[in-house]
Amino acid sequence: MLLNQFLFLGAFLFCTGVYGVLARKNAVLVLMSVELILNAVNINFVAFGAFRNTVAGQVFALFVIAVAAAEVGVGLAIVLLIYRNRRSVDLTEVDLMKG
Amino acid sequence: MVAQNIAFGLTALAMAVGAIRVVTTKNVVHAALWLVLVLSGVAGIFVLLAAEFVAVVQVIVYIGAIVVLFLFGIMLTRAPIGHDAELDNDQRWASLIIGLVLFGVLASVLARAFGRQHVNAPAVQRTAAVADSVFTTYVVPFEVVSLVLLAALVGAVVIARRD
Repeated sequence: MLLNQFLFLGAFLFCTGVYGVLARKNAVLVLMSVELILNAVNINFVAFGAFRNTVAGQVFALFVIAVAAAEVGVGLAIVLLIYRNRRSVDLTEVDLMKG
Repeated sequence: MVAQNIAFGLTALAMAVGAIRVVTTKNVVHAALWLVLVLSGVAGIFVLLAAEFVAVVQVIVYIGAIVVLFLFGIMLTRAPIGHDAELDNDQRWASLIIGLVLFGVLASVLARAFGRQHVNAPAVQRTAAVADSVFTTYVVPFEVVSLVLLAALVGAVVIARRD
């Protein structure tokens, strides 16, 4: 297997996630796109770990998974708070800091 | 090697379709379900790279916990369930251009940097090696991650609590 086929898959997932973060206006969907980005990073970690024949890649993938779990927990709590205050999770309406 | 490449091709195709559907579908619940497909595909890729432990953790944590959390988030925010709704903002075309340009840049850099280098067929291995590594070399980051999880747990409860 080529190393690049994994890296290309990771790059594709990353760019799809970036598109989702920029184009979606529902906050929960934005968080899902962030998960796509984090998974792209995980693929790269594990692929490079296999490439260099070390377990460090897998260990860091595990750390990323743990941090992603924490991120989703706090992220959804914030989304819930936005919903409770504004009755909507439409991110285009959350523009208090817009000039 | 041929079998591995076929498996990779099928998994990657499913993941690409799933990822595109996650960011384009007009139904919020369907987005979560397509996300399950992508996450399973990532687990399959980990198996192909002989990282079985990470694959199993991926299934348990992502598909078992995080997707359920997303579904709870969808329900609690009364997202438009069951019918189609406008979920994209008006920056869609600019976002598409950004995504495509980013992919072009990444692809050209990767093709130049790693050319046709191979991943060696990984030997059957090595969950014990992962555990050894976590509890010796990376024990400090491991403890920090557990603190991060604890802080996130407490923080989520504090933020989402009704006073």
